[in-house]
Amino acid sequence: MELISKIIKFELSNAFRSKWILVYSLFFFLATYLLLSFESDSGKAALSMMNIVLIVIPLVSIIFGTMFVYNSIDFIRMALCQPIDRNSLFIGLFFGNSIPLAVGFFSGTSIACILNGITLALGSNFLLILGVGIALTFIFTSIAFLIAIIFSDKTKGLGFSIIIWLVLAVVYDGIILFIVYFFRDYPVENAVLAISLFNPIDLARILFVLGFDISALMGYTGAIFNKFFGSSLGIILSITMMVIWFIIPILFGLKSFYKKDF
Amino acid sequence: MLLFSYKIFTIILFILCSANSFADKLIVDKRHSLNSIKKAIALAKPHDEIIINKGFYTEENIIINIPLRLTGKDEPVLDGEGKFEIITINSDSVYISGIIFKNAGVSYLKENSAIRLENVRDCAITDCKFFNNFFGIYIAASKKCLIQNNYIQSRGKTETSSGNGIHLWNCSNITIKNNNIIGHRDGIYLEFVKDALIEKNYSKKNLRYGLHFMFSDGCTYSQNKFENNGAGVAVMYTKNVEMINNYFYDNWGPASYGLLLKDISESRIEKNSFIKNTTGIYLEGCSKSIIEHNVFEKNGWAIKLMANSMNNTFLKNDFISNTFDLSTNSRQNFNSFDGNYYSKYTGYDLDKNGIGDVSYRPVKLFSILAEQQKPSLILLNSLFIELLDIAESVFPSLTPETLVDNRPSLRRIN
Repeated sequence: MELISKIIKFELSNAFRSKWILVYSLFFFLATYLLLSFESDSGKAALSMMNIVLIVIPLVSIIFGTMFVYNSIDFIRMALCQPIDRNSLFIGLFFGNSIPLAVGFFSGTSIACILNGITLALGSNFLLILGVGIALTFIFTSIAFLIAIIFSDKTKGLGFSIIIWLVLAVVYDGIILFIVYFFRDYPVENAVLAISLFNPIDLARILFVLGFDISALMGYTGAIFNKFFGSSLGIILSITMMVIWFIIPILFGLKSFYKKDF
Repeated sequence: MLLFSYKIFTIILFILCSANSFADKLIVDKRHSLNSIKKAIALAKPHDEIIINKGFYTEENIIINIPLRLTGKDEPVLDGEGKFEIITINSDSVYISGIIFKNAGVSYLKENSAIRLENVRDCAITDCKFFNNFFGIYIAASKKCLIQNNYIQSRGKTETSSGNGIHLWNCSNITIKNNNIIGHRDGIYLEFVKDALIEKNYSKKNLRYGLHFMFSDGCTYSQNKFENNGAGVAVMYTKNVEMINNYFYDNWGPASYGLLLKDISESRIEKNSFIKNTTGIYLEGCSKSIIEHNVFEKNGWAIKLMANSMNNTFLKNDFISNTFDLSTNSRQNFNSFDGNYYSKYTGYDLDKNGIGDVSYRPVKLFSILAEQQKPSLILLNSLFIELLDIAESVFPSLTPETLVDNRPSLRRIN
């Protein structure tokens, strides 16, 4: 444990010393600030903010995470020459990478919100954005670590990361649309609900959409989704799915990291 | 000179007094011998005025068969005890003002109302308040009546156990003005009404429709506010309607419409605001109507245009921040869109004349998909859908090809 915190501390100081975290944070600060000041309706701004969060955070987290592992190969090799537990090293590296990303996003967005006079009590939508943004950061960093450990080749790993992002952000929705159309004669609502639970980006998007009361537009489908996510089962299940998306890649990553010959 | 004007004054005074002497005043007061409205009506001659003093009157059903003027002083209360109709008017020229009506009885057999006018003309109901009645004002087969400055409120729970605020059946030349109607089944209901003027009313939180009319040709609706009604406003089977300067706000729900038009023709819908409705205007079987200078803001669908609507013109409207500007269920298009402003428009204007050089297609692919398959709406705001919409707008394959606004405005018009 002590070792993990030592590694995290080292990585954190490393990250905060370099400029990228500042740039990342500044990006979210500017985006939120501009949206809030140019959009008179804070609900609409939150909706645009959500689109940014859903696209940018997964992409940046997965690519940055993969790059991070490849760039730290020398450090890993060096560290492994010491009497250091591999699990601690992996977990330390993981949090050393994901925490700065999460902090960068959180600070940028929340400072912009506070400057625009949106308090936490007022902006439950923004609270949702912050929570989901942080969750997505951890989930996609863990996927990135898994990919980077499995593929020794940098190009392969990066390519695979981009493909994973593309699948989850774009192709998955295409598949859902296909299912909705292919099984148009059947009541597909519950099936679609189940399918979208398995994609963290979709899950986040649906949580947002329901938060904005757009569900009335969806008629029957909206009613089903609202009922599900309004129930405690729905909330527990969606949080569980998010946690699973975070835990499983980490566990597999750990396993491969444990076996990997650097 | 002074003497002369004094003479004129006395003459006028004399005329006034003599005119007054035709119409007697009867004062109903709980503390005096004349303590019942029914008694007063029995005593009254035609065109008398009955002044009802402050008090609480429960007189079951009061029937008026002669022309009378009923005036409330300091808001007397007439109570139907949850069982009765309060006042039934069967005579022309009855004027009622300044009275509070309460608890006209809910009935599943009769349409009990606080005031019912049947087969009359030249009546007026002004400055009254109505609380918790089954029907508020019920007018049947009447002409030239005025309903003005009333406050009508009910606490209906279900559509069956609740009546309409103002209910008109088979009437003509009725003016409904400056009324507030809250919590009834339909706020204002018109069936087989001709040439009515409905102006400056405020209809809120009604269980079904804020305004509901059918077979009511030639009516004008202006400067009304319809807010947060169960299903918004529905108008059907009517010609020559004018709806001008009305405000449709927050009619939000899975089966809610700002304005539902069914079989409306040759009508004008002008300068209205549709804000935060699930569907701003829903057109089914509408033809030859002009929809111009309206503002559609923050609606789910600004306009849902069904394929059986033809020859409608959408001119100079503002479409701002709607989830969908326009949705239709056909690849054919027989309506025209011209010179509207769309906040989603991304074209340019090289000659700086305020009109975009690139034409705009208000129907997006996703709105077609959603129209055909409701569950696909779960992909709202998805990156995939955005990409599809962009691809479709470049090469239209599923959206109606001729549904184009060739002169989209770059600035808000209204």
